Amino acid sequence: MSTAPVTATESPVLRMEAVRKSFGTSLVLRDVDLEVAPHTVTALIGASGSGKSTLLRCANLLEEIDDGAIWLEGEEITDPRTDADAVRRRIGVVFQAYNLFPHLTVLQNITLAPQRVHGLSRADAESQARELLERLGLGGKADEYPDRLSGGQQQRTAIVRALAVRPRLLLLDEITAALDPELVGEVLSLVREVKDEGMTMVIATHEMAFAREVADQVCFLDAGVVLERGTPDEVFGAPREERTQRFLRRIVEAGRL
Amino acid sequence: MTLHKSLPGEDTYVPSERRIARERHRRARTRRATAIAATSTLVTGVVLFLLITGSPGWERTQETFFSPHYARVALPQVLEGLWLNLRLLAVCGTAVLAFGLLLAVARTLRGPVFFPVRALAIAYTDFFRGLPLIICLLMVVFGVPALRLEGVTNDPVLLGGAALVLTYSAYVAEVFRAGIESVHPSQRAAARSLGLSSGKTLRFVVLPQAVRRVVPPLLNDLVSLQKDTGLVSIAGAVDAVYAAQIIASKDFNYTPYVVAGLVFVALTIPMTRLTDWVTARMDRRRAQGGLV
Repeated sequence: MSTAPVTATESPVLRMEAVRKSFGTSLVLRDVDLEVAPHTVTALIGASGSGKSTLLRCANLLEEIDDGAIWLEGEEITDPRTDADAVRRRIGVVFQAYNLFPHLTVLQNITLAPQRVHGLSRADAESQARELLERLGLGGKADEYPDRLSGGQQQRTAIVRALAVRPRLLLLDEITAALDPELVGEVLSLVREVKDEGMTMVIATHEMAFAREVADQVCFLDAGVVLERGTPDEVFGAPREERTQRFLRRIVEAGRL
Repeated sequence: MTLHKSLPGEDTYVPSERRIARERHRRARTRRATAIAATSTLVTGVVLFLLITGSPGWERTQETFFSPHYARVALPQVLEGLWLNLRLLAVCGTAVLAFGLLLAVARTLRGPVFFPVRALAIAYTDFFRGLPLIICLLMVVFGVPALRLEGVTNDPVLLGGAALVLTYSAYVAEVFRAGIESVHPSQRAAARSLGLSSGKTLRFVVLPQAVRRVVPPLLNDLVSLQKDTGLVSIAGAVDAVYAAQIIASKDFNYTPYVVAGLVFVALTIPMTRLTDWVTARMDRRRAQGGLV
């Protein structure tokens, strides 16, 4: 396994050490190590079932790991005494299927956590949410219900919802996989803006061109192992591992890079 | 035909021969279907009428069950009794919804502290769903006064109402629980990743969606409760059924029962239509798409 090439001057936002996770008899993550420096973007690539989503779910404590440890800003969060709700308050997640709350309007989706978890007043939460929506081009949609929006608008709303609690780390789980090709662009350009504002992100994605452009660190997962990691140019330009080469060749053949 | 008028700014559209022929055929088919339905209904009605009025006991049955005289006598008293049924429905219905929701939530509580709560809720629903309502009523209405407890009422209306609540909340709890379980786990995952505790997730994300989904089956249970308020008559409370029974047993004429029955039906129909309307509206909303 190669060593992390990230030039970490500050302590990492997220650190994983020898994380192991299995579902029943299938081993999904095998001793995964990962370091995510502040204000950097880490892209997780790899075939479906390679463990990308599970890795993200473990980082957010939606899954309990079997072995190893995970630190968030230097604090071990896999300690059983950790307050999981307090950890999740510092991590934003955007899901492949958006997971917006269908009974709430766009504005209510966004203000739910700031009001109920972070104790903001309704007026404060709403003005903050409206400002965020306005800035990210969803100003006119605040009072619509999610099922009246296009997939791209729903996913952008989900990103705004995750950002509204001012997380220290944002996890994006194949956020464009359920979108029509012409809607992918608007979501990715929103992610670019979020990166430019200095958000630390871990992105599981199949959009290789996007990963190459936006990531500081790329990790190729294969059968639950980080087989190769490096800068985008290293992993995409000159992959060392034979399996990485094969995976990227298939992607190129499919016209995705 | 106005339907075929062309829109402004569009080419002048003239329906083709094919379309005109197709529509003519459809209209003819509709006319034929209507005619068949009307004939069939008429024939069925006549056959039923002849069958019933032609039966050997019809004269007596008509006198005993459908006497206009007794109907006029019974109606005011049955309606007076019905007022009790309506009050019972309002009070018991509210109590059943509240208690049922509480039971359903109790079953979904996690954590070792809540084990006894969960176990009690499960035992309760198992028991009262299995116990026939009439037995539950008899036990409560005659059993509780027999205990001669200080300060506990002997009023058959209150005790009968309590028995209805006991049984119906078990049913309604299961309906609510089905609703809670129908909310997709991804909704819970999304709420938890925003930092909402499990209690807040239940309150702000799961329950609002669950309750909306179970409105039609809940209304169905309320229709059922509406009828079963008539069972408090066995305890001696003068409701619509008992009012009818008083007249019927005095004069050996069963018309009051028919009147009481029809009054209940008349009361249930609006409720049933409301249920249908709510269900249809929700189906339409779902058909428009969305996540869940």
